[in-house]
Amino acid sequence: MRSLFRGLRPRLMAAFLLLTLLGAVAATGASYATARNLLLEDAQNGFMNPLVEQVRNYAPRLTVPPTQQDLDEFQSFLRSPAVVVFEGLRSRNGPDLGAVSAEMREALKSSRTVIWQRRTDSAEPYVVIGIPLLRPDGTSTGVEVWAWTSLGGPQRAIDSFATAAWVGVSLVLPLALGLALFTARGVLRPVRRLGAAARALGSGRLDTRVEERGSDELADLARTFNSAAEQLEASQAASRRFVADVSHELRTPLTAMNAVTAVLDEDAASLPEDTAVAARLVSAETRKLTRLVNDLMEISRFDEGGNLLELDEWDIGTAVRDSLAARGWTSSVEASLPDGITGRVDRRRLDVIVANLVGNALKHGGAPVRVAVRPGVIEVSDQGPGIPEDALPHIFDRFYKADTARSRSEGSGLGLAIAWENARLHGGTIEAANAPSGGAVFTLRLPW
Amino acid sequence: MVLLVEDDPSVREGLGLALRRQGHDVRAAGTGEEGVERLRESRPDIVVLDIMLPGIDGFETCRRMRMQAEVPIIMLTARGDDFDVVAGLEAGADDYVVKPVEPRVLEARIRAVLRRTVSEPSNVERHGSLMIDRAGLQVLKNDVKVSLTPTELKLLLELSRTPGRVLTRQQILEAVWEHDYLGDSRLVDACVQRLRAKIEDVPSEPRYVHTVRGFGYRFGPR
Repeated sequence: MRSLFRGLRPRLMAAFLLLTLLGAVAATGASYATARNLLLEDAQNGFMNPLVEQVRNYAPRLTVPPTQQDLDEFQSFLRSPAVVVFEGLRSRNGPDLGAVSAEMREALKSSRTVIWQRRTDSAEPYVVIGIPLLRPDGTSTGVEVWAWTSLGGPQRAIDSFATAAWVGVSLVLPLALGLALFTARGVLRPVRRLGAAARALGSGRLDTRVEERGSDELADLARTFNSAAEQLEASQAASRRFVADVSHELRTPLTAMNAVTAVLDEDAASLPEDTAVAARLVSAETRKLTRLVNDLMEISRFDEGGNLLELDEWDIGTAVRDSLAARGWTSSVEASLPDGITGRVDRRRLDVIVANLVGNALKHGGAPVRVAVRPGVIEVSDQGPGIPEDALPHIFDRFYKADTARSRSEGSGLGLAIAWENARLHGGTIEAANAPSGGAVFTLRLPW
Repeated sequence: MVLLVEDDPSVREGLGLALRRQGHDVRAAGTGEEGVERLRESRPDIVVLDIMLPGIDGFETCRRMRMQAEVPIIMLTARGDDFDVVAGLEAGADDYVVKPVEPRVLEARIRAVLRRTVSEPSNVERHGSLMIDRAGLQVLKNDVKVSLTPTELKLLLELSRTPGRVLTRQQILEAVWEHDYLGDSRLVDACVQRLRAKIEDVPSEPRYVHTVRGFGYRFGPR
């Protein structure tokens, strides 16, 4: 949900909507105001100008101060419904003066021009016009002509214009929304692809690349990503190749040394004491070194993808029993190996996994070490101190040692990594955890 | 007598020393050509052949040796690469060990390959046009002697002991190669191919050694 509201997509959509709304309101508002003024002015002038003209034409005929009859005659001369007022008198015909505000009346007294006021205090807007009758010299005669007319027509025109504008905006909004979605997709799809690729790269799949389409900034980013991934892959390949080459170069001298370790062991008894110790040391370390180089070669083959799976149908319990027996572990391990659980596995690789997990438990865990076979699962547990929490995520790392005080273990430091790679080759996993009752539990899951 | 073909002097000396301590008479050669030459003059019981050799490599050396004699050959592969193993077995090697080799392992393999097939007091068996003489340890096809390496002979005797019964690769490995419980089943496949090339009329349509997919091999003339 979080990403739904805080992602780039909703932000883009909000921006597009806001922009559209603002643009529409600004454009509509401006044209609304202009059109309104024009229409109202037009209507007002259409009413006011002829009236002013008539008043001006009649002015010379009126005697000032006028009598009631003068006012009536004047009023009947005017073609629009108007009322003629002089101080306390008003023409008998014409509309009621109630619509004219006191301020307007006051204002007209000192005005030499026509004054008007638009009002909206009734159902329809209307304009009130006051025309002062002037003497030829421009001074006021005190005679006033008042008239008003409805502006309902133009107002309706304006209203329908506004409605049309709102309808237009509401039609454009979904369009803007669609455009926003489209743009967001155009931006987000590559971004999401890059994100997925970066995650893949981070999880170790260094051959991950993204499509470099187009020539925009996102395509640039994709190119940058790809070249970074390429360099990463090349440097990893180089370092792995180096390990493979070193191991390979070590093999020939090790073969020569290994060939004679048995001779050293056999003859050590007849050597002077110091020489015997030295001979046994060289012999033992040569064997360790051999194991290390063998494990390094094995890991290198996994890295190069040179290891193949030879799947066959095997009885898992029997396979595990054989693995334990071959290493003389039968008496030191409590095995629960039910018959009849079979699976398609590479037996040599399963043997390597079991040997490494059990060997690790015997070395670092506490007795009793238990091995249990269940459908799809082989579990190796011990009663030792368990694995420190901070070591759990790294337990399958190469040369990782949970106990830093132990400078060098008996194994190569690659046993668990090799077991893990073998499980992965099967399409399976190994999980390391601590049992609630204490001790480490390694769970091998194979899709057999 | 063991013929050791290995270009590295230290490995040659070390392995030579170890093999001599085990009671073998050891002749050594530094190149493939020299190895082929030595094979001709000294008729060893077994050849231990390195794959990485200057000049003609181990595979080619193996092929040339095979043309001369039915001597058992154990390959020393430097990489343990699947490619090396397969190519070595195709070139005619009986078995292989991976460097850096444990002398005990090499010794065990040599002993297994060298262990003579025991002749059994038995009648000559006839399977189709194939005659298997368990007493004289020879195989005739259409009354012509078939020249088999000791491993091929052991494989054929093992398979033909129970005609019609399927033997798994693992059973065959334990019986013929004396590998303990986890051998490389490709040894069996490669040896079966070589055996078929010698005893079948059409190796791709075998009459005697049948593949039972997913299980192993079955002997029986059809």
